[in-house]
This record gives sequence, C-alpha cells and structure tokens, in this order.
Amino acid sequence: MTVYKLPPIYSSEITPRDLFHDRRRFMQLAAGASLTALLPQNAFAGEPLAGVTKSTDRLIDELTPLKDITSYNNFYEFGTGKEDPAKNAGSLKTRPWTITVEGEANKPKVFDIEELLKLAPLEERIYRLRCVEAWSMVIPWVGYSLAALLKQVEPTGNAKFVEFISLHDPEQMQGQKSPTLNWPYKEGLRIDEAMHPLTLLAVGLYGEVLPNQNGAPIRIVVPWKYGFKSAKSIVKIRLVEKMPMSSWMEANSNEYGFYSNVNPDVDHARWSQAKERRIGEFLKRPTLPFNGYSEQVASLYSGMDLTKNF
Amino acid sequence: MINKLKTLNATTLRWLKISVFILALIPLARLIIAAYYDSLGANPIEKITHRTGYWTLAFLLITLSITPLRRLTGWSWLARFRRMIGLFSFFYASLHFLTYLVLDQFFDWANISKDIIKRPYITVGFAAFVLLIPLAITSTNRMTKWLGGKRWRLLHRLIYPIAIGGVLHFWWLVKKDITEPLNFTLLLSILFTIRLVYWWRGIVKS
Repeated sequence: MTVYKLPPIYSSEITPRDLFHDRRRFMQLAAGASLTALLPQNAFAGEPLAGVTKSTDRLIDELTPLKDITSYNNFYEFGTGKEDPAKNAGSLKTRPWTITVEGEANKPKVFDIEELLKLAPLEERIYRLRCVEAWSMVIPWVGYSLAALLKQVEPTGNAKFVEFISLHDPEQMQGQKSPTLNWPYKEGLRIDEAMHPLTLLAVGLYGEVLPNQNGAPIRIVVPWKYGFKSAKSIVKIRLVEKMPMSSWMEANSNEYGFYSNVNPDVDHARWSQAKERRIGEFLKRPTLPFNGYSEQVASLYSGMDLTKNF
Repeated sequence: MINKLKTLNATTLRWLKISVFILALIPLARLIIAAYYDSLGANPIEKITHRTGYWTLAFLLITLSITPLRRLTGWSWLARFRRMIGLFSFFYASLHFLTYLVLDQFFDWANISKDIIKRPYITVGFAAFVLLIPLAITSTNRMTKWLGGKRWRLLHRLIYPIAIGGVLHFWWLVKKDITEPLNFTLLLSILFTIRLVYWWRGIVKS
C-alpha cells in the first residue's frame, strides 16, 4: 500500500528528535491499537485511532498543542465565539452517521462512517492551517486523501466541481438557531483540487478520534486554502457541473471568493493577509503563498489571475 | 425613592466615588488575573485587544448616559461621576491602542501607518482615540477654568463623533456576528434620541 509522501514543511522550528519520537504517545497508540482491535469501534474524542501510519517527516513546524487546537475554533454551528464550539459541541451525535456521495457519478453511494474509517489506510498528516482572520496552527490530522473516496463513486466527465454539505440540525448544533450563515454550511472545490493528494478527508487529530469542535466525525482539510474552505461534520458530497455557491460567498461575495487560496499578496477586503500570528507565538510571521504548498498546488492555477479569482 | 436620592452628603458621595473607581478597574484586574493563570486562551493578544476595546466603548456609553440620567431622575450628583468614567474610557482606549502597538504590531511602524491609511476600521478607531486625547487633557478643573465653560463644552462635544467612530470601528472589524456592535449602536441611538428630545424642547420653550 502506498502512503502519500508529505511535502517538507520549511520552517525555522524543527521539532526536537526526542519529542518527535515521543515514546509515551507511541506506547499509548500501540496499546490503544491492540485494544480497539478487540473492542467494537468507538467514537469518542480522545480515543486513540487504530492503525494510523505516523508521519515520517523530519522538517516540520512545531505542532500546536492539542489544548489550543480544541479550544480555539471557528465553527459557527456551535456559536461565533472562539471558545463556543468547545463548550457547545458536546450535543453533536456522531453515531450513527452517513455521507451521501451523489451527483455526476456512475456509482453514487451512501457511506456509513464505519465503512469510511476503513476505506483507506489512515495516515497522519501534519498540515499548517491558516485562518482567513490571520492566525494559524500546525495540526497533525489523521485521515486519507479525499480522492480515495471520490474514486469509489466514479465521477463522470461532467463532474467539474465538488460541493460539501455539513450537518443541519439546530437541535444538535445550537448556533444554527441564529441565521449567522445560510445553513447548512456549504463549501466547494474544483474537481482537480478535490482530487489533489493533499486534500484530506480527516477523521482524527493527534492520533485520536476527531473532537466534535473540530468537525467530527469527518471533515475536509485543504491546507493551501483559508480554513473556512475545509467543511466540517460533512453529511453530503455532491459532484456537480457548475461552480457551487458556498455559505461564505452567499454571506459576502466581495470578501470571500470561491478559491480562497492563502495569498499574502491579496488582502481581505478589510484587513491585510501579508502576515499571520501562529498560535503560541508572539511575533507575527509572514504568510506564505498557498500556505507554503506552492510546489504542490501552484500548477493548478497556472494562467489564472489570482487577484480576480481570490 | 427617586426624590430621596436627589441629594447626597459628602461622605456618601466620596464612598460612592471610591466604589465606582474600584468597579471600573475590575475589567483590567480580570485580564491581569487571567494572564497570570495563563487562561486568556489560545490567542491572548486577540483577547486582550477585544476586551480593552469592549470596555472603552462600554465606559464611553456610560459617560454619555450620565447627563440624560441626571435629567430624568433629578439626581444632580451624577454629574460628579462623569469625568471619572470618561477618563476610564480613555484609560481602556489607551490600553487598547498600546495592545495594538506593542503586542499586536510590535512597533512595526511601516505596517501601522499602512493600517491607518488603508483599513477603514483602523482609520476610524485611531481617529476616535486621537480625539479622546484633548478631552482627557482638558478634564481637570484648572483646564476647564482656563478654557472657560463655553469653549470647554464646545470642545467636549467631540465625544459625539468619538462615540460614533468607536462603534463604527467595531462594526467594520466584525466578521459576521454583529450582535455586540448592534447592541452598542442601539444604546447609542437611545442616548442620542434623549438628547435630541431635550434639545428640541429647549428650542420650543425659548
């Protein structure tokens, strides 16, 4: 089985060797793996995920602590405050859960979450996350390339775009009782973006089941785009011919475009995107084009005016 | 009850002033305690910026509500609190600006000047802060006397554009959830309406 080789992350900070090898975590993971092999699949945040291939990259940015990743979230379904999702996401029921993959596909299908967890080998992917609000994190996600799922349904030649639809249930997601955004949350990618090996279908982070506030039980992670492009708690994936509207485009198309690639040279309508504050750091650091993934994805946009297609 | 409180003796007034002074320091104390216990969250600089900004506007609106309250209740002693609360607004505005200057930008003057010119929410917020400075300077008894009541009052009408600027600053920076700026706007509109009513009645009478 081939595991996608992560591109190196250039950074001044290299995680120390001993931290990287982190024996205790490895032991816990190994113990968890043998335990979960015996027990039925569980779905609680903090439970270790079995059989995860650890990232083998040496050149990595310092990881953002789990506490910060799980207590500072933009997930308006649970409130607009950064601390609201951690407080309110407990009401989200992640089992049973299905994802319907439909539209321009030869084999549309409803996938059960347990099936999705075994669809492809789980890999750890250490990605930078750059929020449109000019802060960033480094997160060790667990999942596999979205392409693995999309290939299963055999997209037709008409499948030019992919639309992601998140759960809409105000009983579980109290933030949806306010019309902050047009619910359900909708996002979209071009088919080549969605099929790109960097685009991740994530089910966990830090080797554990994805916490509710981070988009449980299953979400998208597109590391070269602003965070809001990575839809959380997905229930439907639609292969479509026309460019879909996202919730943020509906909210304000002057400020949030379809592409929303991380770009230090294209400012948000109201603030600069040239720099970012890495959570846990004091001084701001310069933002990198495509969030540092230019080598892998810049070719997807060759010939495009990125100022117009922001 | 309302009539009973029309006058206060000097001791009560002094204790009340001390109490208000201490109360007004609570937002700062909470920030310091949270910083000490490392409980400002994942993005402490953002939190400090938001809290000091929030309390600047809160104290600004309290300052603006003193005159209408005094007129409605007849409690003339309320006017004795206006300067102190106004200065607290300036105090939190200064902390807010210093947070931006030192913690957020770390004296990146080039970027700060770009921000002030290019970003409308920073332009209007910065202008409001600058306009607060002469009001703070001329808040002492000596300065009031030196200026003369008429000119002092004229100068201190700057508080109206400052309040509008401060609330606009909040509106323009919010990404999507407008609840808080909307609340400030509603409060400010009520305070302006009361003033307009009194002003209109003054014209009609004379």
